[in-house]
Amino acid sequence: MTYLLLFWEFFRTGILAVGGGLATLPFLFDMGQRHPDWFTLSEFTNMIAVSESTPGPIGINMATYVGCNTAGILGGLLATLGLIAPSIIIILLISRIMEAFKQSKLVKDIFHILRAAVMGLLLYSLWKVASLTVVSDGQVLWIPLGLCLVFTGLIIIFKKVHPIVFIALGALAGILLL
Amino acid sequence: MAEIEKRTSLMSLFGAFAKVGLFTFGGGMAMLPLLQKEMIAKRAWCTDEELLDYFAVAQCTPGIIAVNTATFVGYKQRGILGGILATFGVVFPSFVIIAGLSSLLSLWMDNAYLIKAFAGIRVAVCALILTSLYKLSRKAIVDVLTLVIFLIVAVLELWLAVSPLIIVPSTIALGIAYHFILSGKKEAAI
Repeated sequence: MTYLLLFWEFFRTGILAVGGGLATLPFLFDMGQRHPDWFTLSEFTNMIAVSESTPGPIGINMATYVGCNTAGILGGLLATLGLIAPSIIIILLISRIMEAFKQSKLVKDIFHILRAAVMGLLLYSLWKVASLTVVSDGQVLWIPLGLCLVFTGLIIIFKKVHPIVFIALGALAGILLL
Repeated sequence: MAEIEKRTSLMSLFGAFAKVGLFTFGGGMAMLPLLQKEMIAKRAWCTDEELLDYFAVAQCTPGIIAVNTATFVGYKQRGILGGILATFGVVFPSFVIIAGLSSLLSLWMDNAYLIKAFAGIRVAVCALILTSLYKLSRKAIVDVLTLVIFLIVAVLELWLAVSPLIIVPSTIALGIAYHFILSGKKEAAI
């Protein structure tokens, strides 16, 4: 049953997560709340870090990780297949009507509004990660907060530098300072 | 023309996309330069314009951008089977690496240094999400309407914890209503 449930949960995420990568985060948070035995919030945040520092699309990494953690290799395989199945089906259909789809005013209007809503969902994801990292029980954790601001500055200044560099620096800073 | 000379083999589709999957860290836009090199410069599987079109559609259709793009290119080369194999190619390296790593990580999770390292990594991830959120918002929040939608969703999420499974379908319904109100207005004006 867990296998079927994993496939279904990720299939649903694959249908609804528009915008790729980070867009899957809000759905995964939600999934974690509905299936507390699958992964905890702190495990989940670690998963984001692992996904960001290993190759491949973040969504796929997350699906594999959650699936493997929950139900072994087969679980990982089913979660990943679940996540990509809707994309494959939808894109194969769109490939046939590509031009009409791109020029449809209806599609443009829907995405005009949907993109803004996705930003709201992402803000929530950021808050969930932050609430575990720089704030705890309403108390601001000053060292992590300061570190976070320093990292934000570094990322803005060194735009071309790969995220994995900041992940590695984060690990180092964590061992030395936290 | 390419079809007459020689059909792209399914294995080479799988292989080329596995390479893109292996060398893309972070996903999404990070794979654009790699795709340009592998798909256009080296193999002429598609043109620059086509690749950008794929990206545009991939970004506003459900699912992962890398997967959507792979399906597009694969389908163009070898039809449905090509689309499926290209997609399996792009996810294959991630799957193998993460499947291997996940069992190791759960073994090491009690290590004090690893716990500290991950606490630091979480801080960096926070900063990374913050900056990509800012970058994305400049494209997504472009007028009063989108700003209002963003604020409403943010409030619903932060204070009422409404599931995205409810938010996304309702927003799509709202978008359809918005489209017909707009086109209704235009007709009324005429």
